[in-house]
Amino acid sequence: MPRSTPLHEVHEALGATLTDFAGWLMPLRYGSESIEHNAVRNAAGLFDLSHMGEIFVTGPQAAEALDYALVGHISALAPGRARYTMIVAPDGGILDDLIVYRLAPEEFLVVANASNYLLVARELTERAEPYEARVDDRSDSYALVAVQGPRSTEILGKLTDADLVGLKYYAGLPGTVAGREALIARTGYTGEDGFELFVANADAVHVWNALTEAGADFGLVPAGLSARDTLRLEAGMPLYGNELTADLTPFDAGLGRVVRFDKQGDFVGREALAAKAEGETPARRLVGLVARGRRVPRHGYPVTQDGVPVGEVTSGAPSQSLGKPIAMAYVAHAAVESGGLTVDIRGSHEPVDVVDLPFYRRSK
Amino acid sequence: MSSIPDDLSYTKDHEWVSGLDDGRTVTVGITAYAAEQLGDVVFVQVPEVGAGVTAGDAVGEVESTKSVSDIFAPVTGEVVEVNASVVDDPSLANSDPYGEGWLFRVQLSEDPEDLLTSAEYTTLTTAES
Repeated sequence: MPRSTPLHEVHEALGATLTDFAGWLMPLRYGSESIEHNAVRNAAGLFDLSHMGEIFVTGPQAAEALDYALVGHISALAPGRARYTMIVAPDGGILDDLIVYRLAPEEFLVVANASNYLLVARELTERAEPYEARVDDRSDSYALVAVQGPRSTEILGKLTDADLVGLKYYAGLPGTVAGREALIARTGYTGEDGFELFVANADAVHVWNALTEAGADFGLVPAGLSARDTLRLEAGMPLYGNELTADLTPFDAGLGRVVRFDKQGDFVGREALAAKAEGETPARRLVGLVARGRRVPRHGYPVTQDGVPVGEVTSGAPSQSLGKPIAMAYVAHAAVESGGLTVDIRGSHEPVDVVDLPFYRRSK
Repeated sequence: MSSIPDDLSYTKDHEWVSGLDDGRTVTVGITAYAAEQLGDVVFVQVPEVGAGVTAGDAVGEVESTKSVSDIFAPVTGEVVEVNASVVDDPSLANSDPYGEGWLFRVQLSEDPEDLLTSAEYTTLTTAES
């Protein structure tokens, strides 16, 4: 049986179509996923992301422990700021992509994907062993509610005294939302401005309902994982299990910038990743594809050239913002250069064009 | 609970068939239940006019944001008309699955078999959801 989030009854009452995602029963959509997608682009959407993992790392050497455990330069992070980073295996393979918040000089919050957080908690515990640092997986105690979209600041501003205007992208601060304690973070996975609110399980329904009410005049709608997936795809953001896997290093995924060789000391994966960084360019690279036709290139479909496989689609969906199907795919360099790519969509080779990522960028 | 009109026949693949009473040409579409399960339909491929179809064969596709499903011929015969409107605007399959969202018409060459009544189809969808 999949697990339910503290907002399960709310989703049921809203008539959500539920889906099993990484062992969690999550809302796939409440009505039309296109309407939910467009609401986030043009107004605001409300997401339940309580399946994500929240792992706290605290203590005098918490920063050093995370510098060793992760590829990023975590000790350089100022309190109140957040960073996108990864945890890799000794061979450099990506175990998960993470957001790390420095809540205080000696307190960090590591947010991991639902599919990986048990592994991440276990690895962090093991890797932090030599340090004066404590790893505490509190995923079962926290709910995560996200408000995403251009009207997010106005909506959340009705429910908090926190300085939202002063809160930068990839920053987080403790505050209250509708009278309940929350970590208010300006992060997201949609390509829009927005906030992620970490609250105690017991406060999740209260905060959700308060946001629903506050957002009524601003066009806020509840949005499910289907919209979340198309939003992140348009924004060119990778999804673990699709663009990122244990068989790929951050360099393979075109995200070598998250690996910080300039930080002090050793870190798990350093040797393998250094060899990768100095070695040959990976055979394939991650590209954006836009289909000329109406059929959708999907996860796992072969990318072909003159009928010969030259790559594979990692994610694909109809794009509301472009009005055409889009996809991300790993494709051989030479094939990207010479063009004329097609995707084998259930036996029929449909033409696609390579485009720069992201597909969609919000106007500032 | 999605609507299941009494005057139609159904398949276990969540398609409907109408017009069985008035001769040899029937209309085929996907049910409201199917449309709800799929989510927003973004692409519909129907067989060509003149194509011969056999009950149970995959003859087209319905694609939504998250998935692709085959359209199966619920009956055996020849395709005599297709709905160009639903090909142009696949959202008709969501907004009006039993009306504007119809898919194609078949002139029967054999008597239909194994079609479900609305009561039987209601039982099926209740069991699945």
